[in-house]
Amino acid sequence: MKQKIVPSLDAAVADIPDGARIMFGGFGGAGFPNNLIQALSRKGIKEITAISNNCGTREGELGVMFKNGQVRHVIASFPGPHSNYFQERYAKGEVTCELVPQGILCERMRAAAAGLFGFYTTVGVDTEVANGKEERVIAGKRCILELPIHADFALIKAEKSDELGNLTYRLAARNFNPIMAMAATTTIVEVDEIVPVGSIDPENVITPAIFVQRIVQAKGTRYAG
Amino acid sequence: MPDKPRLTREQIAQRAARELTDGAYVNLGWGIPNLIANYLPQGITVYFHSENGILGMGRRANPGEEDYDLVDAMKVPVTLIPGASFFHQADAHLMTRGGHLDVAVLGGFQVSENGDLANWKIPGSKGSGNIGGAMDISAGAKNLIVCMEHNTKDGAPKIVKKCSYPLTGIECVNTIVTDLAVIDVTKEGLVLREAAPGWSPEEVQAQTEAKLQVRGRVPEINLA
Repeated sequence: MKQKIVPSLDAAVADIPDGARIMFGGFGGAGFPNNLIQALSRKGIKEITAISNNCGTREGELGVMFKNGQVRHVIASFPGPHSNYFQERYAKGEVTCELVPQGILCERMRAAAAGLFGFYTTVGVDTEVANGKEERVIAGKRCILELPIHADFALIKAEKSDELGNLTYRLAARNFNPIMAMAATTTIVEVDEIVPVGSIDPENVITPAIFVQRIVQAKGTRYAG
Repeated sequence: MPDKPRLTREQIAQRAARELTDGAYVNLGWGIPNLIANYLPQGITVYFHSENGILGMGRRANPGEEDYDLVDAMKVPVTLIPGASFFHQADAHLMTRGGHLDVAVLGGFQVSENGDLANWKIPGSKGSGNIGGAMDISAGAKNLIVCMEHNTKDGAPKIVKKCSYPLTGIECVNTIVTDLAVIDVTKEGLVLREAAPGWSPEEVQAQTEAKLQVRGRVPEINLA
């Protein structure tokens, strides 16, 4: 069996290079890979492109990466009312930002995961989001072309993984995590618990192990915002 | 502006709640819409949808029962009702965009006479702005209700001929509930359905840039 379990958070992120494109799960304080984010920041990574619904809650979640100036570009939907470290860097032009409607952010990642090269949608027509995008009329509706969002790495949070990387989530902490797991080349998951193969009922697996490359157990920060 | 009482934010929510029917699947946005769950008509069950992957949200969690993995789109710990389900964010927005919800209620900065909505960014404001789920919701909602004050703090009308604020969606709003009126967006234009107690249709029109059509007697908004 291929060994996916990594002994430490630092080891899990050790090979992520400067300039990498990285997806980060989480929404509303729930389901953030906070311990992996802290390990990534601690390692001193620079110039990343972060793909995430929001841009941190003060120092919490992705906030620490913006505070330390480790993010160059962000693709986000809702930077958030407490994303002050992002907003400061954005105002100074140190971070660029592409804002994406939340469901379209999901679908662009899913397109990447599914080997699709884009899709047309009515979402965002005539808004700032449509700037520079191809428009055409389909079934009488004005639509714009949206392209996939790929990533080198996804850092996600699940509740439980078996030793193969089959994942289950807890309540609304699921949110973006299963989508990002499918979209990135290398998915690294932090979990509360690692269990033996066969102990998760196949009916209950939310993310199949094929989408998970590294598993690390994390007992540190659960809610960082 | 006439110094007459207008509906409170809670009363706007209370009036909008009466648009919801038994068994409906409903998404509530930030601001006034988030208050609607407190004012559901008695005897009906509504399945509230949250864009982070919940269908069947119940009341807010009481002190001591909060679970921070179970939060609504405003990050507030909530509870579930029987029959609730979880799913990921893409399916949550498949529901909003794909026309699967019965009703969505959003806040607004401006609504135009053809039902365009602006609600995500104030022109000239610093910072990135926040889109969130509003563009998906407005593009896909079968029935989109916007709850907002009728005028800005400076008295400017928010129901306008053409939105000057950055747009969220085009030709998407079905009904507007404000502190002065209930207004339907129709192919023929805006129709004044109800006016706040003590306000005549002419007085509501005077607070509105877009033309309001009046078809027969306009009843008072009834909160009883």
